[in-house]
Amino acid sequence: MKNKQLPTDGNGFLNNPHYRAILFQVVALAAVIFCGFYFANNMFDNIASRGISTGFSFLNNTAGFGISQTLIHYDDGTSTFLDVFIIGLLNTLLVSVLGIIFASIIGLLLGVARLSSNYLVSKLALVYIETFRNIPILLQILFWYNVVLAALPSPRQSLSYLDSVYLNNRGLLLPEPIFESGSLAILIAFVIAVLSVIFLVRWSRKRHDETGQDFPIVKVSLAILVIAPCLVYFVAGQPISAEYPELKGFNFKGGLTIIPELLALLFALSIYTATYIAEAVRAGIESVPKGQKEAAKSLGLKDYVILTKVVLPQALRVIIPPVINQFLNLTKNSSLATAIGYPELVTLFSGTTLNQVGQAIEIILMTMAVYLVISILISLLLNWVNAKMAIKGR
Amino acid sequence: MKVTKLALLMGMTALVPTLSHADTLDDVMKKGVLNCGVSTGIPGFSAADSKGVWKGLDVDYCRAVASAVFGDASKVKYFPLTAKERFTALQSGEIDLLSRATTWTATRDTSLGLTFAGVNYYDGQGFLVSTKLGVSSAKELDGATFCIQAGTTTELNLTDYFKSNGMEYKAVTYDTSGQTIDGFKNGRCDAVTSDASQLYGLKLKMDDPASVVVLPEVISKEPLGPVVRQGDEKWFKIARWALYATLEAEELGVSSSNVDAMLKSENPGVKRLLGVTGQHGKDLGLKNDWAYQIVKQAGNYGEMFDKNVGKDSPVKIDRGLNKLWNQGGLMYSMPVR
Repeated sequence: MKNKQLPTDGNGFLNNPHYRAILFQVVALAAVIFCGFYFANNMFDNIASRGISTGFSFLNNTAGFGISQTLIHYDDGTSTFLDVFIIGLLNTLLVSVLGIIFASIIGLLLGVARLSSNYLVSKLALVYIETFRNIPILLQILFWYNVVLAALPSPRQSLSYLDSVYLNNRGLLLPEPIFESGSLAILIAFVIAVLSVIFLVRWSRKRHDETGQDFPIVKVSLAILVIAPCLVYFVAGQPISAEYPELKGFNFKGGLTIIPELLALLFALSIYTATYIAEAVRAGIESVPKGQKEAAKSLGLKDYVILTKVVLPQALRVIIPPVINQFLNLTKNSSLATAIGYPELVTLFSGTTLNQVGQAIEIILMTMAVYLVISILISLLLNWVNAKMAIKGR
Repeated sequence: MKVTKLALLMGMTALVPTLSHADTLDDVMKKGVLNCGVSTGIPGFSAADSKGVWKGLDVDYCRAVASAVFGDASKVKYFPLTAKERFTALQSGEIDLLSRATTWTATRDTSLGLTFAGVNYYDGQGFLVSTKLGVSSAKELDGATFCIQAGTTTELNLTDYFKSNGMEYKAVTYDTSGQTIDGFKNGRCDAVTSDASQLYGLKLKMDDPASVVVLPEVISKEPLGPVVRQGDEKWFKIARWALYATLEAEELGVSSSNVDAMLKSENPGVKRLLGVTGQHGKDLGLKNDWAYQIVKQAGNYGEMFDKNVGKDSPVKIDRGLNKLWNQGGLMYSMPVR
């Protein structure tokens, strides 16, 4: 007796499940492409029929407005909208990168504190997390901005430290390093120091694997990194000097200014995102079975060895995916800066530029593309890290 | 938030195959209401009062157009828009008319698919500073920090002024006029710069209006006026002549209080304006009493000015350039004949 089979050889093309599946996919793809073309076509027709300018030639026009924070050279008489776009992008990246660094540090500390056996420490961490996680980020940004502005004095009554660092409601003013000729040697010395440290780490690891002897790698590395550039600095005749901020007229001139908008945004984003990272860290550490720690302990391993060699490698697999999401969220949340006037991409480009130029579609598309690219790059990077961390069958 | 709204408006241009605005008047008549874009709150021009009723010079212009079209000034729906949103809202057809203290510039008139219908307020950019600063002229503001609202001609004028005077400045740019004045109150900047008319309104919003002063310099020309979509001549002419009718009425001495009596006037100019003789209303595609309804329900230009920004308002701005042409100002209606 024959077993019943699926009718793979039924009468005709449509009765074959394999071909039918392909057919449906082709139809779906065609529908998507058709819709895309239809919408794009309508859009261009409508724009043309209303006499609205299109294209990207506006990027070469002179912008002609002031920007409160520019990382590259900007002249409001000659710089173009393309420069404005780049400045906005750099300002977004600046606040995102700094925010990711601070949020990770605070988040890691909080996550560990949350698991602390010290009652007070763990409850304080809990209160922090539950408070800041449950207040909308926009409110927190506005809160920090108004607190920062209201609490700080005017430029003429600045708080100062050693007459070189000033704090007032126009920002935090720091001495600006001026690099003279010869500074390059210091940079080269630093790079050589970093390379030699990398080599040293590899060597000490190999020696440890072969002989079991430990090498004081942290102390030696730090010494190399600090001493080498310092030595060259003095040998080359101290080529780095500092320009100090000075009160002239209404405001300080010279030096580096960190504007209050950046401070407030950084505060809010780091504090808010850290709560989610802390929870991810806690979940990761708790996901490692208790038996693993007990087994390691019964082998007589020290506490920090248990943490770094047994718990963290396993916990990181759980921690990394949600933390990637938080990094992405932080980057996207930085666009809320538009509420306090920090000149990042959304404020500068899809705000001011859009209204000066009026070409909404091009500008919004460019802005969306930037966030898409940043997000995809962060995910790719951390997916790669995640793959390296994954359990490998041995 | 703002971006979502813009994206929605843009989506509309993509989704609707033939968004035909060939006949805005027809669309407005069918809807039974005029969609008018106004500001999110500029005292004297367009601001909602404590009961949510929109008031101001720009609002009265919307009411004048509704009176001409429907014979009923109340058939207006107000759309509060930020400076960034205003042009997209008009381009996409969300509103029929933009009356939002908008400066008439070459770029806006030629590259956005829009047309300015006229000027209902001649303004200029000025500076508001704290009296504590001890400054009496804008020329003393070298090195100062300014609070500005994003997406306005203000930003560009400021650059031009400081460049041409060889001075330096820093700008902090906010999204709305509310944030701008909060930044100034908190001491983030030394001065606010905006259209002079708005500065008088902002001064009133300060906790102590005597602690701030508007500097005498006016650094730019800011002709503010209503805007319509390009390519609909009929609607454009209604928008233009609704404005002229308010000016012509003031010139002829016709006001909301005497307009009924004026119907029996022997003055041929008044007769033509109010539709007793001639058929100017019909030629515009409206009823012949269009101008009568405007003056009766929304008032003439002088009444609108005094009530909202002039001597009967809290702001008390001098009429200056906004006087009629025969009294030394720039307000001039083309003859109704």
